[in-house]
Amino acid sequence: MLYFIEQCLNGVQLGMLLFLLAAGLTLVFGIMDLVNLAHGSLYMLGAYFAATFATLTGSFVLALILAILASLIAGMVLEVIAIRPLYRRDHLDHVLGTFGLILFFNELVRLIWGPEGRTLSPPSQMLTAVQILPGVYYPIYRLVIILATLAVAGLLYALVMRTRLGMLIRAGASNREMVGALGINIKLLYTLVFGLGAALAGFAGVMQAPILTVQIGMGENILILAFVVIIIGGIGSIRGAFVAAIIVGLIDTVGRAFLPDMLRLVLSTNAAQTLGPSLSSMSIYMLMAAILVFRPEGLFPAASR
Amino acid sequence: MTASLDPSLAARPWFAFTPRTVFTIALLAILALFPLYSHVTGNTFILTLFTRVLILAIGAVSLNLIMGYGGMVSFGHAAYLGIGGYAVGILAKEGIGSGFVQWPLAVAASALYALVVGALSLRTRGVYFIMITLAFAQMIYYVAIGLDRYGGDDGLTIYKRSDFGGLIDLNNRTVFYYLCFAVLLASIYLISRLVNSRFGLAIRGTRSNERRMRAIGFPTFRYKLAAFVIAGALCGLAGALLANHTSFISPAIMHWTRSGDLIVMVALGGLGSLFGPVIGAVTFLLLQEGLSRVTEYSDLILGPILLLVAIYVHGGIGGLLEGRRRG
Repeated sequence: MLYFIEQCLNGVQLGMLLFLLAAGLTLVFGIMDLVNLAHGSLYMLGAYFAATFATLTGSFVLALILAILASLIAGMVLEVIAIRPLYRRDHLDHVLGTFGLILFFNELVRLIWGPEGRTLSPPSQMLTAVQILPGVYYPIYRLVIILATLAVAGLLYALVMRTRLGMLIRAGASNREMVGALGINIKLLYTLVFGLGAALAGFAGVMQAPILTVQIGMGENILILAFVVIIIGGIGSIRGAFVAAIIVGLIDTVGRAFLPDMLRLVLSTNAAQTLGPSLSSMSIYMLMAAILVFRPEGLFPAASR
Repeated sequence: MTASLDPSLAARPWFAFTPRTVFTIALLAILALFPLYSHVTGNTFILTLFTRVLILAIGAVSLNLIMGYGGMVSFGHAAYLGIGGYAVGILAKEGIGSGFVQWPLAVAASALYALVVGALSLRTRGVYFIMITLAFAQMIYYVAIGLDRYGGDDGLTIYKRSDFGGLIDLNNRTVFYYLCFAVLLASIYLISRLVNSRFGLAIRGTRSNERRMRAIGFPTFRYKLAAFVIAGALCGLAGALLANHTSFISPAIMHWTRSGDLIVMVALGGLGSLFGPVIGAVTFLLLQEGLSRVTEYSDLILGPILLLVAIYVHGGIGGLLEGRRRG
């Protein structure tokens, strides 16, 4: 039971990271109608930036802040140079162009940081575990991820729903020509939104870096999960992304932890050991297929689309 | 008729002496003469490379049927390469070496998978379709990793190539090359017959305006599903060829970036043209190979090239050759 609670928390933590990625993806798709496969590259860049800044400054928090800023700038520069000309093109060209960007960024990282992975350690006081329930110990760092991401989700909600910029973002999502006609600098708005998405992805990359290794291609598999999240949640909906991210995170983690044991009841130990992980990886896609069959627009379809 | 609205539906003479036709004929002639060149110079590597090019071109040709003519951007097409390959690999491992069993089964398994995936994903369109096909391919990728008996993550070595009982000897490089070449030409012929038939017109019409096609009484879902299954089956055959070519099959062949490669080949060569995918496959794979010889960091150049093609080139290389400006 204690193990179950721990795994659920791990699931929530993965879900939170997925939300950070999915929020950026869904914003960029909802507003610019852009399919951005290179979003995972920004996640990877964020982690590499943090690893470098941590070596330079010796402080995790400083590295986090600098890496988010660097991701924001990298995203905005990328938007102006490479992404902006893609808006006029169709989705297939988006796939082609941003697929090219993935190749480019993987190679760029190999050129700058070398082929070996990097590690990033969190502040030493976060390495210990804390008792959250009687008998349940949980690493502080993972709790920090959950809380920090919740805070970011809250900020993002406030930004989109309560500020003038957020109002423009929402207006841009429902009718961009009209927003442009009303004298809003739509190009700048797009650059800002893309930069915001990049910063969120970079933040996710930094937070995840101490748990996994910082390595080339680290953004690719999690990007697919983020796609699944926005499909389940409904493309363009941040609320949907939040709910779906937690569902996907929980299913992935809890499935991975318990499916092998459950299968052992009906199969041999060996078969359960090998079948379990791939079955739990598949379960997310089965869920997505089921949702698409019953609600092709996702759980929370964005109102305007 | 919608023919006047969509240039791709307009009747074209089957043969016109354009730069594109000249280029296509030259390309086919070069491909046909490669084994001779390889034999004279003793360069077997180039024959191996081009056998791979031909096989992936078959995959690209099959993807072009749904993506180019049907407007269905499938981001999971590499799954069929894997299913076809694993059908050969698994049967070989279980001691069934006959190609007469392996290959039909590879095609049938791919078709069956395409039927299930198509039935589910074709309920969606646009970006949802791109992503759901991607997700299904990812699922089958994890299935392959879980196949512990057949190598799991490490893959499966195929010790004996498919046996066609003295009819064709796949161990002979030249014979195998010409077999792939023949399959490629046959698939292009098949696609050309398909897209110019009533079935093909319905598919192309659906791409232009699905609502109108439904309104005039076409069950568009069934047409699209049929095209999806045909494309999957054909790519499964390419998978069987690929497994025989490399004598090895692993989940890596189904990684989502392989599906991306296939999309790149089709888009690079020009969507919805018969030989476009072949031009695209040759260009992409040779570019990859050539760049990796010039520099260690070849993707640093290849990536931006793809981006530039996406931004500036309308209708791929085929479009460039025709001087066509569309979209």
